[in-house]
Amino acid sequence: MRQIWSGLATQTPSGVSGSSTSIFAPAGTPAHSIFGLSMLVLGITGAIFLVVGGLLFYVLLRYRHRAGDADALQEPPQIYGSNQIELSWTVIPILIVVMLFLATARIILATQDAPKPASALDVTVIGHQFWWEFRYPKLGIVTANELHIPVSDPKHPTPTYLSMTSADTDHSFWIPRLAGKMDLIPNRVNTMWIDPESPGLYLGQCAQYCGTQHALMLLRVYADTPAQFAAWVAHQQQPGVADSSVAEGQSVFQHTACISCHTVAGTVATGTFGPDLTHVASRDTIASGSVPLTPANLRAFVDNPAQFKPGALMPAMHLNDRDLDAVTAYLLTLK
Amino acid sequence: MSEAAVIPQNSDAAWVLPSRGIVGMACLIVAESAIFIIFIVAYLYYLGKSLTGPTPHDVLELPIFTSICLLSSSATVHAAVSALHHGKRSATSLWLAATVLLGGIFLGGTAHEWYHLITVDHLTIQTNLFGTTFYSLVGLHASHVIVGLLMLSLALIFSLTGSLTPKHTGRLEVLSLYWHFVDAVWVVVFTVVYVLGR
Amino acid sequence: MATQAPVAAEITQTAPRRLWLQVLHDWVTTVDHKKIGLMYIGYALVFLVIAGFEALLMRVQLAIPNNHFVSPQSFNQLFTMHGTTMVFFVGMPILFGFGNYLIPLMIGARDMAFPRLNAFSFWISAFGGLLLYFSYLGGSGLYGAGSAPDIGWWAYAPLTLKAFSPGHSSDYWTIAILLSGVGTIGTSVNIVATTLCMRCPGMTLTRMPLLVWLYTVMSGLVFVTISPLTAAQIMLLLDRYVGSHFFDTQAGGSAVLWMHFFWIFGHPEVYVLVLPAFAFANEIIPVFSRKAIFGYPAMVAASVGIGFISLSVWAHHMFTIGMTSGANTFFVLATMAISVPTGIKIFNWLATLWGGKIHFTASMMFAIGFLFQFLIAGLTGIMLSVAPFDWQLGGSYFVVAHFHYVLVGAILFMLFSAFYYWYPKMTGRMLSEKLGKWHFWIFLIGFHLTFDFMHIPGLEGMPRRIYTYEADRGWMIWNMIISSGAIFQTIGTLLFVYNMVWSYFKGPAAGPDPWDAWTLEWSTASPPPAYNFAVTPTVASRRPLWDIKHPDDPDSHYE
Repeated sequence: MRQIWSGLATQTPSGVSGSSTSIFAPAGTPAHSIFGLSMLVLGITGAIFLVVGGLLFYVLLRYRHRAGDADALQEPPQIYGSNQIELSWTVIPILIVVMLFLATARIILATQDAPKPASALDVTVIGHQFWWEFRYPKLGIVTANELHIPVSDPKHPTPTYLSMTSADTDHSFWIPRLAGKMDLIPNRVNTMWIDPESPGLYLGQCAQYCGTQHALMLLRVYADTPAQFAAWVAHQQQPGVADSSVAEGQSVFQHTACISCHTVAGTVATGTFGPDLTHVASRDTIASGSVPLTPANLRAFVDNPAQFKPGALMPAMHLNDRDLDAVTAYLLTLK
Repeated sequence: MSEAAVIPQNSDAAWVLPSRGIVGMACLIVAESAIFIIFIVAYLYYLGKSLTGPTPHDVLELPIFTSICLLSSSATVHAAVSALHHGKRSATSLWLAATVLLGGIFLGGTAHEWYHLITVDHLTIQTNLFGTTFYSLVGLHASHVIVGLLMLSLALIFSLTGSLTPKHTGRLEVLSLYWHFVDAVWVVVFTVVYVLGR
Repeated sequence: MATQAPVAAEITQTAPRRLWLQVLHDWVTTVDHKKIGLMYIGYALVFLVIAGFEALLMRVQLAIPNNHFVSPQSFNQLFTMHGTTMVFFVGMPILFGFGNYLIPLMIGARDMAFPRLNAFSFWISAFGGLLLYFSYLGGSGLYGAGSAPDIGWWAYAPLTLKAFSPGHSSDYWTIAILLSGVGTIGTSVNIVATTLCMRCPGMTLTRMPLLVWLYTVMSGLVFVTISPLTAAQIMLLLDRYVGSHFFDTQAGGSAVLWMHFFWIFGHPEVYVLVLPAFAFANEIIPVFSRKAIFGYPAMVAASVGIGFISLSVWAHHMFTIGMTSGANTFFVLATMAISVPTGIKIFNWLATLWGGKIHFTASMMFAIGFLFQFLIAGLTGIMLSVAPFDWQLGGSYFVVAHFHYVLVGAILFMLFSAFYYWYPKMTGRMLSEKLGKWHFWIFLIGFHLTFDFMHIPGLEGMPRRIYTYEADRGWMIWNMIISSGAIFQTIGTLLFVYNMVWSYFKGPAAGPDPWDAWTLEWSTASPPPAYNFAVTPTVASRRPLWDIKHPDDPDSHYE
């Protein structure tokens, strides 16, 4: 049964399981637990549907009024109730409810109240309109939109614990293949954990309406092998690349309004209203996962974000062509 | 066209149903209670959560005198209904006037308290969570007192001009039910805000 | 009737304009429950068409990924207005319209308990709807009035605070609903007072038609349901205009508090909407099965039970906000518990059909659709009550599919059934059965195309309230199918409107009791005279007309 569902799930029309966001293709412990529970629930509700729906169908056929019947004009026997029957269809549903409830309570406790292992990685997630801020407090890393975490080996689990809040309105973090969603609410810290079992890219997006560009507040979670993750961490801990060949672009960046919203570690740019750009060129996408990072896209985005994401809070910078080329070249060196 | 079916009459037993006015007012009271409960929940939820002062303990004093006035007005309005029922016109006017007076004292006391809170203690609805929940809850109650006093004043005027007669007892009773509700809410607000919250 | 010598009829020739005005004046100033009921229904049907059009626009936008049919801002307004309109200006008025029309007739009364309150409630609700739609006219440049709300029909804080919604869109939402909430509470006061105080002699509470019971429970629920929303909206207005901090997270306020207050309203609200659908089913299914409802006392108990339990389940809309495992577990249990009385009702309807003689009129076909679809909706509801399952599927298209299954598949279908059943009483004409069946099958196909397949994108990770989606997620095929169903539903609805208009002028005469039914409304003319009953009836059982038609075997022997 499980294989059938998983097979169906990855047979999305695109055919690529990397872009799958199906809850029936679990790749982490919380998602697996939920999958198992959902199979039980689907089984029970499916059975109820077949029985009750089947009875309904039967009744409609068997007791339809046929004008040709001998007693077509007579009223049928009037039955007002039956205590035994009514009792039985009260008790049986209660028993089903109790059973379903106990199965559910077990998974709630197992997921929410799971003890946190010492090897867990801590990441702070802060939701913004319309991008994700990721901080690794013990590693001194700040990044945005693309979350790198280590793969978790079931024998020696290394889950990632996410502490989540919002800087503005409500958001929700949802990677269906890894776990259920959890909301990011201002003035409140919520916690959840994920433990991808195999390396790869896991997709998701904001799941709580947060304003105009809620639809393009996408999520990309990269589950790295231990070696990959260590390399990524070491790289992210470096300050921004200082490449003298793009000094002109760096100058444009630092003398325009860019630094009031963005940070490039090791420079005067320390703004926090927008995503951290220290290693922006090492990412696959910009605009919270909705625009692939290419020189042309980056240039166009800086010129006028609204052409990709109308309603995004970054204003059009109105740079002239020369400055635009320079700043794009600079940003592309920030690997 | 055919005749409508005729249903046989059987008027032996007395068919008595509750009064519409009382049932209607009771329903309104349930709905209003639900509104008050939400404001009370907000008040309790935010107790101790203000980021800045002043706190209830700092600025609130028990409004004993005005509360006694308000709660006594329940007794006077009850007396007014009873007087009307027995056809005592001037007693009705007297008791109604007493009710309006006592309610007015309560409102005046509230106004005085708020004046002091705003000008001396610098507590407004904008100051902090306590200010927000205090003024909204007490203000909601005060607005209900105002509406009640307006209706009672109308009744008083009708009584003074002789338009209020014993056959209106039911209506005055419905109004008095509203007034008892307002007083009951004050008991809860008083307990939550001035006793528990401090 | 005494005869007299024919006298030339005196026809007062009034200028057509005056006559028109007289009719208008009559309707605008009426306090007659039947006219008010019809106005509620007419008003709701207009908004049904408008909100349905908003849905069509959304479905065109979503049919393909990265579409540019409407802007993100417009789309966000569309889903806000669609939801708000359907709940407050279609669902509530149409159900109150039927209640207003039928309750006095079914209890043998002359009118509702408070006719002037009735009229006031209608007009203030209607004004609320107009105010909401006026927001489309107030563009952001036009006197700075701001435009249509785009905050979602739940208006979550702090998105609704001045900092994030600087224009007036939130205010249109808040004030329009506040006003219509006053109307709703007024009508509910009327319904409870009417059923408790105005029943005809002999009609004890246990002899009331189940429709009247269900409307009474629904009205009781309104008192404790609408009020929390009213309170929360007052708080929101204070935050926006007086500088208070109820939901101001910067000052220590809580976004979660709004959620609690809203859902304490929001969940019982859906029971307010569905209980009248149950009410219709309780009247229509027995008549077309030719049997009394099975288990009347259990039906009453189940309805009251549903009303009470519905007050305790609200946070199942908040499973993902980070409540403790204890809180989550409680709300799972409460939500699952409500399935027991609901299941009892379905089984009782099944038992009513069992052993009967089922007539497949258009009205009954919609009722049967209701039975199957409500069963499925309830089952997907049980799935969602399993909190971990909801952690995946909450906020996704699975939920959208579930609640549309209830609202359209159960409630709207039962409304169609009620129209076909009571239209003859209201107008004196029968609706065309043939057109009715076309309406049924076309709408059924459209409903299932849209809402069956809508579960799938939810399972595949598609969140709700998004104006577009990525092409590589595999959601496009499902969205196309969903959008195609909308076309069938539109055609079906248009057929229905045509049927209603055509039949008003050309439909066959109905007579007082076209369905051979058993409750009091069928004992008076179609349409009823202004005073309803020439003589106040006295009843001795739950089905007074059955007793008359079967004097040898009346119900009063069995109750």
